[in-house]
Amino acid sequence: MSKAQSKPEGVTPSQTVGPYFAYGLTSNGKYDWNDAFSNNLVTADTSGERVRVEGRVFDGDGNPMVDCMLEIWQADAQGRFSDPQDKRALPNSSFKGFGRCGTDADGRYAFDTIKPGIVHDPDGKPQAPHLVLAVFARGMLLHLYTRIYFGGEAANTTDPVLVLVPVDRRATLIAQQAHCNGNAVYSLDINMQGDNETVFFDV
Amino acid sequence: MTLSYPLQSLTAHPPRLSPGYKSTVKRSPTKPLIPMRHTLSELTGPVYGHETVRENDNDLTLQGKGEPLGERIIVHGHVLDEDGRGVPNTLVELWQANACGRYVHVVDQHPAPLDPNFTGAGRTQSDSEGYYRFVTIKPGAYPWGNHHNAWRPAHIHFSVFGHSFVSRLVTQMYFPGDPLFPFDPIFNSVTDEKARNRMVSDFDLENTQPDWALCYRFNIVLRGRNATPMETK
Ligand SMILES: [Fe+2]
Repeated sequence: MSKAQSKPEGVTPSQTVGPYFAYGLTSNGKYDWNDAFSNNLVTADTSGERVRVEGRVFDGDGNPMVDCMLEIWQADAQGRFSDPQDKRALPNSSFKGFGRCGTDADGRYAFDTIKPGIVHDPDGKPQAPHLVLAVFARGMLLHLYTRIYFGGEAANTTDPVLVLVPVDRRATLIAQQAHCNGNAVYSLDINMQGDNETVFFDV
Repeated sequence: MTLSYPLQSLTAHPPRLSPGYKSTVKRSPTKPLIPMRHTLSELTGPVYGHETVRENDNDLTLQGKGEPLGERIIVHGHVLDEDGRGVPNTLVELWQANACGRYVHVVDQHPAPLDPNFTGAGRTQSDSEGYYRFVTIKPGAYPWGNHHNAWRPAHIHFSVFGHSFVSRLVTQMYFPGDPLFPFDPIFNSVTDEKARNRMVSDFDLENTQPDWALCYRFNIVLRGRNATPMETK
């Protein structure tokens, strides 16, 4: 093993995830491979309100994107992150807060998780409950970041990130409660382009 | 250690709309991205440790009943931040075509043989200094439908996490001197030549193992530099 190089000239550029990531990166049961990730974030010790977040992903022609990889990152129900950089105690220690899902033949995705708690912004202002969503696909040279908020949350009106978004585009970030048989189901489609083009963030 | 993630680092990446790569036309946003400050949601990220990675997950030649066909290679390097510090204990995932340029994926219809002893998927965790190492088979070039006689240069796909969700990187590692470089719109979507060359591995004679395998070095540089009071305002 040799030494790390001196200061790099810049980051390694991003390239598309391509069409063939599924057998390596997502859980799908089709290949003889020990899945590292799934779209179910709920573990035995996870506290909080169970929710399913689901929807479909569409390209600029309105066709479903059947080869998307979506990743979510979120706080637990108390607003803490499963990351050593978050120094607060984490009683539900097996909750990782990370999920990965490949879209199906209809461009559909679904995550089973819990509604996250309040995370503050750098000024200490509370943010409304949200998931951070990263979108990867063939035809995307660099993934996109967006957020998923939860319809019906009073805090959405004062969320310091949502208020940066033009009023007529905020709906593209807020999942609406669909039906409820046992656990709450929230639905949000991702549109790469078009009248309802999803808001993506420059982060 | 607290890192900051200036947007300036993103200029090395390809523009999302790169019409030479046709699929980008309907799969890139038309409206400008909305700037926002990083909150704890962006500045933290998933940590996956030893419970995820099994022994030998980093050796793609050991996954079948026999040895896969093709040229055995070692691919190793460091995962680094922009200041050159190793990124320790971070998950590195890899997937690739076999020696014939064929993926296991059900969608891949390239009429080249599958290898029953090769899945093309591996993963590892960087060590305390950010070092990682894989043993695999050199992937073949393969055709794709972007334009007439389009072939992807041989490449290995990499997925890396790093210190935060905004340091997340998916990229492709290329091999030095590939004659397909000038013709590949995905490789050339990175417009800056220096940045483009950071995706090309170096042949590593020093770590080539005699009578066993050639070695390539590929350092992966993720977003993140030392925070200064000016930057964290
Ligand atoms: Fe590929």
